[in-house]
Amino acid sequence: MHDYDVIVIGGGPAGLAAAVAANESGAKVLIVEREERLGGMLKQCIHDGFGLRTFGERLAGPEYVERYMDRVAQSDIEVACNTFVTRAEKTDGGFAVTLVSREGLRTVTGKSLILATGCRERSAKQVFIHGTRPAGVFTAGTAQHFTNRLGVMPTKKCVILGSGDIGLIMARRLTLEGAEVLSVYEINPTPSGLTRNIYQCLTDYNIPLHLSHTVTRVFGKDRLEAVEVCEVDENYKPIPETAERIECDALIVSVGLIPENELAQSLGVELDRHTGGPVCDAQLMTKVPGIFSCGNALHVNDLVDFVSESGAEAGKNAAAWCGAKQRRVDISIGDEFLYLVPQQLDLDSDNSKTVFYFRSKKVVEKSVLRLKINGEEAWKKTYPFLRPPEMQQLTLDMSKFDIDENSDVRFEIEVVK
Amino acid sequence: MMNINSINRKLNKKFGGAVTAELTDNCIVLRGELGDWNAIVDAGLTAATPHSDIHVVNDIVYTGAQPEKMHMPTLNDKALDGDKPDVLVIGGGISGCSVARELSRYKLNVLLIEKEADLALGASGRNDGEVHPGVDLSKGSLKHKYIRRANHMYEELCRELDVPFKRTGQYACFTHKSWLPFVSLYAKWRRDHDGIEDTRIVMGDEIRKKEPKISPDVAFALSNPSSGSVSPYNLVIAYAENAVHNGARVSLNTAVTGMDVHAGEIKAVYTNRGTIYPREVINCAGVYSDVVAQMAQDRFFSIHPRRGTNSILDKKTGASFGTIASVVGAKTPGHTHTKGGGILHTAHDNLLIGPDAVETPERENTATNADSIARVFAKQKITMPTLTEKDIITYFTGVRAPTYEEDFIIEPGRKTKNIYHVAGIQSPGLTTAPAVAQDVAAYVAGLLGAEKNESFDPVRKAPPHLAQMNDAERAELIKKNPDYGVIVCRCEEVSRGEILDALRSPICVPTIDGVKKRVRPGMGRCQGGFCSPIVTKIIAEYLGVPLTEVKKSSEQSPVVFESKKGGRGNA
Repeated sequence: MHDYDVIVIGGGPAGLAAAVAANESGAKVLIVEREERLGGMLKQCIHDGFGLRTFGERLAGPEYVERYMDRVAQSDIEVACNTFVTRAEKTDGGFAVTLVSREGLRTVTGKSLILATGCRERSAKQVFIHGTRPAGVFTAGTAQHFTNRLGVMPTKKCVILGSGDIGLIMARRLTLEGAEVLSVYEINPTPSGLTRNIYQCLTDYNIPLHLSHTVTRVFGKDRLEAVEVCEVDENYKPIPETAERIECDALIVSVGLIPENELAQSLGVELDRHTGGPVCDAQLMTKVPGIFSCGNALHVNDLVDFVSESGAEAGKNAAAWCGAKQRRVDISIGDEFLYLVPQQLDLDSDNSKTVFYFRSKKVVEKSVLRLKINGEEAWKKTYPFLRPPEMQQLTLDMSKFDIDENSDVRFEIEVVK
Repeated sequence: MMNINSINRKLNKKFGGAVTAELTDNCIVLRGELGDWNAIVDAGLTAATPHSDIHVVNDIVYTGAQPEKMHMPTLNDKALDGDKPDVLVIGGGISGCSVARELSRYKLNVLLIEKEADLALGASGRNDGEVHPGVDLSKGSLKHKYIRRANHMYEELCRELDVPFKRTGQYACFTHKSWLPFVSLYAKWRRDHDGIEDTRIVMGDEIRKKEPKISPDVAFALSNPSSGSVSPYNLVIAYAENAVHNGARVSLNTAVTGMDVHAGEIKAVYTNRGTIYPREVINCAGVYSDVVAQMAQDRFFSIHPRRGTNSILDKKTGASFGTIASVVGAKTPGHTHTKGGGILHTAHDNLLIGPDAVETPERENTATNADSIARVFAKQKITMPTLTEKDIITYFTGVRAPTYEEDFIIEPGRKTKNIYHVAGIQSPGLTTAPAVAQDVAAYVAGLLGAEKNESFDPVRKAPPHLAQMNDAERAELIKKNPDYGVIVCRCEEVSRGEILDALRSPICVPTIDGVKKRVRPGMGRCQGGFCSPIVTKIIAEYLGVPLTEVKKSSEQSPVVFESKKGGRGNA
């Protein structure tokens, strides 16, 4: 007998949606959250724009996540906050998760496990910014934590590297709080964040965005004093002749998110090198039976609504999971994809409403998305354009195709000239 | 042996009269003017005889750049004014802190001063942490004199001082099998002649059985099982804490600004915190040791700073490589005074790649450069083909403090009688420190006629590291202190309790970096992205100050500013 049917690790939007869905399916559920309160990163996302898809209104992050927290509170879902998973192991027919909290150590068992561990930000060192190690180098999320949760300013005058959504949001936020945001630099020739954020966070506040530029060095022994900015060539290599020194007191980096799957890896879950998240089937079960993945741990989403949707899907399926043997087939993708989720299909599951999430590798104009089975076109859809920052979601009845374990199932994107 | 004419002939050939050498006070003093720093270093090395005690004093003026300004503390008070310690130790690196601890075995009033906001901020905290076997050292040098004795001390020392240490072993790898006869002879010589008793030859297949990540191209290696890795900054801090526990005092943010020397004796040492009147001064000032010697009117050597950059890889990589390895004989660009770096399993179970070696006029320029990392990776990929820059989580540069003779200086002043120099300490200075410190302390204690400190306690306890404990131990500690159950740094699994312990430690350094060095929040793969605001808050609460008062490292490095819109600005 297990303590729980489903143990959800992570109490952010993915984990909460997963827990609610699992609970609604009749499962006994535990949510483990390492922070003091549920809500994940949305606790510090005080800007609006969340929930248009799910609730048809523009909510602030805390408001959005509160709706799920309310549903958790009204259910018999157990919540363990301020609790850290120090170890998770497979047992006979389930999992044992060792938890650390103020109360000490305890091990709980569950029939299935949902990993809703979110993602972390790539750091300045991971994009090879060199120079000194002064105070004043922050990831956008760290800057957001200081500004929105602790009520202090990480900067008076800064530059932002990376036009990812958090970076753009922070450009606006810091400006509103009275800081001077000199510029946003983006190494790519196209923005990394959503178009609406470029307009609402930069254009509206006269903050310049410099594409094909990067920060190469920081200066200052104590507090940051300046950064060096360079234009980059088509291979993303800085052009030394273009180096420019910009005086400021902080560098805020928003240079990508990395799904957090160290716990998944410790359980032997195979990761997809494209997403950084687990290889999953349409039910969002990883290649380790009984372990499910959702939200930004599965792949980095652009909208929280999708995070919640994948959470709900994982929750429902984790509750229903009974340990049946699977027949899986891989889904391959063409080079034009940044990634596609899920990466597999379980032929014994109901795939009539398979939800795919994908991003293109580059900005492309009119394109055709094709599903090929054993080399033959089985389905196609035309897109007016595809942009890497804007994730695509697609629901397809995969049960109608003739697929067996040996089928070659492949998606390709063809750009219409 | 030392022929000044022959030195001048060599210098003349290279620099055409721009540089001259003169034998003054048993030192080879170089004079002239050059615009190229590497040429100045070259002149020094040309004039020097390795391991000689007649040192080069390089006074060639560098015209290529403005002289560097020493990083000074902003603090200005009289806290130490009139202080009369028996021994004043200058420098809070491995040499200074180990000497202070060994001195605390005697009934002596010991004061250690360090100009930075924490200990081990120079080369002692910015190196690879290798405990060397000495396989590259020849008899006759001070490095060699101390290496085996010190190497053998590490288990007991690190147990006493509660410092992470691993006896990892080391392979110096060769890719050409044809070199085997020569290297075998070399190994035999080192073993039998130089006393590096654990040196032996191991064939490639045998190495790969233990370390499968080592390249199939490695034909054989010089193996030294006595190599190890220690946490260098934790060792320095542990030494200093144990010294304090035994009665020594440590004053951070304290810089020597000058000395009053009369009749070959230091009468007073001026600092930003007042004038100190020590009986004896020990110069452990690292890259500034020649500057301190000069203040003491006892300069007989020159330091030529040499940068080295190391990268730290994600812990995931540490799980599949448990030793130290480097490739010997592979071509590396540029001349170099190091073995070209290596791959090292650190005491904290990361992998470390590096260091390289680059001469620099700047003693304190620890800014990193992309090419240093590229160079070291290019070479070490020969040792381990799966090595990738993608696994890097951070990198750092240290500046070594070699003399032109490339050996340590461990001796009393030559002209000034109450100074003792522990200078020119570079690799393997971390390894040798425990033995050197014993000798220096014994000498100085003898000089001052000090008695043994009968109440000396060699044991220092570090804050507990709960993530490394078994469940029962961990549960027990959390029961005693529930803060140990609140994980703040998710990457390194550091609890609130451990952070508070670091703040309550004998030498409190209540900064983000100070806490990070002691108990590791922010050392992991997210590099403090998640935990730094929480650590900032814990420090502010502990000190009872607003968040805006919390510093990253020095007084001039605030983490955050007050909100203009009337934010709380406090915890």
